[in-house]
Amino acid sequence: MENPVEEIQTPIRLDYQYTAGEATARFLRGLKQGRILGQRCPSCRNVIVPARGACARCGVATKEEVELPDVGTVTTFCVVHIPVPGSAVKPPFVCATIKLDGADIGLFHLVGGIPPDQVRAGMRVKAQWKPREEWDYTLENILYFTPMDEPDVELDDPRSSAHA
Amino acid sequence: MGELCGVVGIGQTKYASKRGDLSIAGLVREAGIRALEDADLDWKDIDAVVIGKAPDMFEGVMMPELYLADALGASGKPMLRVHTAGSVGGSTSIVAASLVQAGIHDRVLTVAFEKQSESNAMWALSSKQPFSPHINAGAGGYFAPHIRTYMRRSQAPDHIGMLVALKDRLNALKNPYAHLQMEDISLQKIEASPMLWAPIRYLETCPSSDGACAMVLAREALAKDAPRPPAWLVGTAMRTEPTMFPGREEVNPQAGKDCAADVYAQAGITDPRKDIDVAEVYVPFSWFEPMWMENLGFAEEGTGWQMTDEGATALDGDMPINASGGVLSSNPIGASGMIRFAEAALQVRGMAGDHQIDGARTALGHAYGGGSQYFCMWIVRSERP
Repeated sequence: MENPVEEIQTPIRLDYQYTAGEATARFLRGLKQGRILGQRCPSCRNVIVPARGACARCGVATKEEVELPDVGTVTTFCVVHIPVPGSAVKPPFVCATIKLDGADIGLFHLVGGIPPDQVRAGMRVKAQWKPREEWDYTLENILYFTPMDEPDVELDDPRSSAHA
Repeated sequence: MGELCGVVGIGQTKYASKRGDLSIAGLVREAGIRALEDADLDWKDIDAVVIGKAPDMFEGVMMPELYLADALGASGKPMLRVHTAGSVGGSTSIVAASLVQAGIHDRVLTVAFEKQSESNAMWALSSKQPFSPHINAGAGGYFAPHIRTYMRRSQAPDHIGMLVALKDRLNALKNPYAHLQMEDISLQKIEASPMLWAPIRYLETCPSSDGACAMVLAREALAKDAPRPPAWLVGTAMRTEPTMFPGREEVNPQAGKDCAADVYAQAGITDPRKDIDVAEVYVPFSWFEPMWMENLGFAEEGTGWQMTDEGATALDGDMPINASGGVLSSNPIGASGMIRFAEAALQVRGMAGDHQIDGARTALGHAYGGGSQYFCMWIVRSERP
């Protein structure tokens, strides 16, 4: 066949509008004010963050609001060496699960202000916020979590750290 | 379980990073035709088609099953699409089997596929979530922290992941359908390959593949007279759990343990390592072999890595895992789970070619998906129960 059409490019763009719902709306409004809001499950008593209005463990609605500090412990992490499509973060960067003090579930965020090869599970970290005038309805108000001048903590097995 | 069901035909395409010679329709049809040929059947002998694939964004074609009906001979017949993330090849097989076991259909064609070359799965898996920062770096970025937790808790030595990567690529050399054919693979090469999501090295990850897998499932009366030995289903199970909840055990998920317990109970398996001859387990990153050995009950928690280290999971070990080369050697995502199920069936049919495990009578097919939250398993036997 002369000049066969073997492949064409058809780019796709996806914009979507997210209806946050009551609990997530409160969480996002909190972030705009520099506050991190979780919720306590009335059944297992665990504190869930981000607040999503329900406990996925117990299947019950969560209403009790718990404000959490912006400090916590790195429970695990990885060092990403390849770019995230559509993200402004440039590799290498550290993605970590951070258990905020008083929370019973990890938050996924960046760890910065330290060379990637020095990040440790058990490391104590604190949020590095953007300047207040840039705050919006997003967890990206926190640039990354940065090491604190505190000794590492011994990590518990997740099952033993849960209240139930 | 209702009617007894047997796998009477299996078809696989050659897996490759780009099958530019075939459209998506051509790809699924190639697998379907081969499955029919294996069963000595024609399209007219099929009562229904059950198709599965991973998220539509992986190719950017929404609901592709609608236009694939023609290529799969499904016009005028029931056709059903299944989707359970990376485990979909497994759940698709189970849904197809259930239509036979329930006595609804005599013969069902099931097929699963992915054509990763036509879009960008890393992009599709990295969409921005409104309530978390946009840092999710594909599947590797999600699973690497779980692997790090496993390494920390089990105190497994660093070379375990590399041993798995080496074994599966060597096994792939015995499987003509396998995507990666790395004649010169070595521990040194794996160790020297770049870290992508530390602690995961490039050669410890699965490839991106185009490919499709298909099976013909038939009820007992038809399967026992099939031209080639059938693989008899003696257990099928699925379990799910949420991605995030307090106290979730991501390394050794409860849903996986429950799924294994269910499928073993159905098949009368009490000591999986002894009672199962060969297993095809969904291992997209090398460290998932030891992790799943524990989740599947082949090893005590914290000791799965010792099976890899001692060579128990090699072709000549007592519990061969992924004789086909596994997901680490071929990964058309939506098909990857069905390939595990089909390879388990090939083993008990004695039709696995150069990667056949001698005397395999009982085999496990395993798939998982999402954030280690969807599990599918089946047990197949050479002997009719």
